[in-house]
Amino acid sequence: MTLNYDSALAIYEPTLGLEVHVELNTKSKMFCGCATEFGAQPNTQTCPVCLGLPGSLPVVNKRAIESSILIGLALNCSIAPFSRFARKNYFYPDMPKNFQTSQYDEPICVNGFLDVDVETDEGNKTFRVEIERVHMEEDTGKSLHVGGATGRIHGADHSLLDYNRAGIPLVEIVTKIVPNTGKYAPLVARAYVATLRDILRSLKVSDVKMEQGSLRCDVNLSLSKIGSGKLGTRSETKNVNSLRSVERAVAGEIIRHANRLESGEKIVQETRHFLEESGETRPGRSKEQAEDYRYFPEPDLVPVVPDAKWIEELRTLLPEKPADRRKRLQTAWAVPDKEMNAMVNAELLDTVEQTVLLGADPTKARSWWLGEISRIANDKAVSPTDLMSVNDVAQIIELISKGELTDKLARQVVEGVIAKEGSPSEVIAKRGLKVVSDDSQLMKAIEEAIAAAPETAEKVRGGNIPAAGALIGAVMKLTGGQADAAKVRELLLKHLGQ
Amino acid sequence: MAAISRDEVANLARLARISMSDAELDHLAGEMDVILGAVARVQEVAGADVPPTSHPLAVNNVTREDVVTPSLTPEQALSGAPASSEQRFKVPQILGEE
Ligand SMILES: [Zn+2]
Repeated sequence: MTLNYDSALAIYEPTLGLEVHVELNTKSKMFCGCATEFGAQPNTQTCPVCLGLPGSLPVVNKRAIESSILIGLALNCSIAPFSRFARKNYFYPDMPKNFQTSQYDEPICVNGFLDVDVETDEGNKTFRVEIERVHMEEDTGKSLHVGGATGRIHGADHSLLDYNRAGIPLVEIVTKIVPNTGKYAPLVARAYVATLRDILRSLKVSDVKMEQGSLRCDVNLSLSKIGSGKLGTRSETKNVNSLRSVERAVAGEIIRHANRLESGEKIVQETRHFLEESGETRPGRSKEQAEDYRYFPEPDLVPVVPDAKWIEELRTLLPEKPADRRKRLQTAWAVPDKEMNAMVNAELLDTVEQTVLLGADPTKARSWWLGEISRIANDKAVSPTDLMSVNDVAQIIELISKGELTDKLARQVVEGVIAKEGSPSEVIAKRGLKVVSDDSQLMKAIEEAIAAAPETAEKVRGGNIPAAGALIGAVMKLTGGQADAAKVRELLLKHLGQ
Repeated sequence: MAAISRDEVANLARLARISMSDAELDHLAGEMDVILGAVARVQEVAGADVPPTSHPLAVNNVTREDVVTPSLTPEQALSGAPASSEQRFKVPQILGEE
């Protein structure tokens, strides 16, 4: 018998653990002054320190420490009064030093928590995810496996290494085990990573781009028989590089574990790789061998001992929590849940807020950014903010509210600005987009429309108000869309004695 | 009892990717045992007033500002590499690991 997701969860309770690696957005690397630019030509951002050349000495980037402390504070952690770096020894060409400078038993932040809201079929639920530690380390280089059919290690005859990324500051955030999430485990995992990403973004410590690898997630999962109270053996899934993948990886591992356990097989404690196409995982290198890292304190770096004054100074820099900010804006703008979620998911909350701060009506700002502009951006496969500035959008909304543009004309202005014809006012001037507000001009068009459809006009005279729609449409057509439809309606109904 | 067994030395050699003959292991296990014994005696002398330390300087919080300094050119970076290709370090195939 094969268990599916629901039948697996009728027998087993999942336990989650999440490890998130965040690349900090410092200008220079963790222990040297090399630049950290993404996408630079290979090996153009290296030096004796990050290449591990003999005699070179590392010095810690102050901003990286401060970013790590900020992350700890935002995650409700205690900041360790004494913290040290350690060498994690392993032989793998992605680190030219043959060790990674990391932290072991003395991490910079410990014991925090993050509350995450999950939309479930039983309504919104809040889960508390406890944080075990936040520690500092450095990223590894990038390998390119050459000669294999698929770019994978197996079958490759050699590998090529670019050390531009080696030494970029990395912060690892490790949760304690997250129990009792039941069938919501995949949603909780996803919501945790999403909430964490929002917080990191609000702290401005990282680009948090999962697709570029500046935020990476490892998912640990184990199952225990419901009621047994015993934790099962866990697997660790790496390479989970989108929010959707986090959710799929958890669900996939629940099903895989359950089926193995049901058929009497053991779960092997191992590292697995997430496969984006199938949503399944395949085994990676075996953990037992890899775990003997022989950590020892890094003799080339002195301890990090943040005093209370430094920590309190950093605490004053903490921004409003993203969840609080969302609630505040949602209330202020009177936005329904669904529209609020759409705005957040489209990553347009900041943009809409800036547009509103320039005086635009919140509902209008939201509907222009999420409607017309998003639609065009979608067609062009770019982001809406690449197409229009908040200033342009705020100006267009202002012209609509003054009655100088109709929605239809405004769409043409948007089109013109996107086509780089100039600012909104320039597009309006060039294209001659002006609302026909002159009553006599409108009346001329109304009379013309009535003459063309006398029967329809007769119906309206007889009290059939909905029939006026066709006449209003005709007037709009006659004026090239440059009339205010509400005004036309008013004049037309009056003219037909309604 | 020995502070370090021959098996432990063999395991360390494996982790450090150093190939050792049986004779070398026998010899080194004995030598390392003497060294660890000496360190253990130093540990006995250290009282509660001497905290463990990873280096001899009583200095904390040595940091640098987040400022970019010039890197090596790719030619310089690769000049010590046994092999390179496409402006990258070239290494032999990595077997049996992902
Ligand atoms: Zn460097």
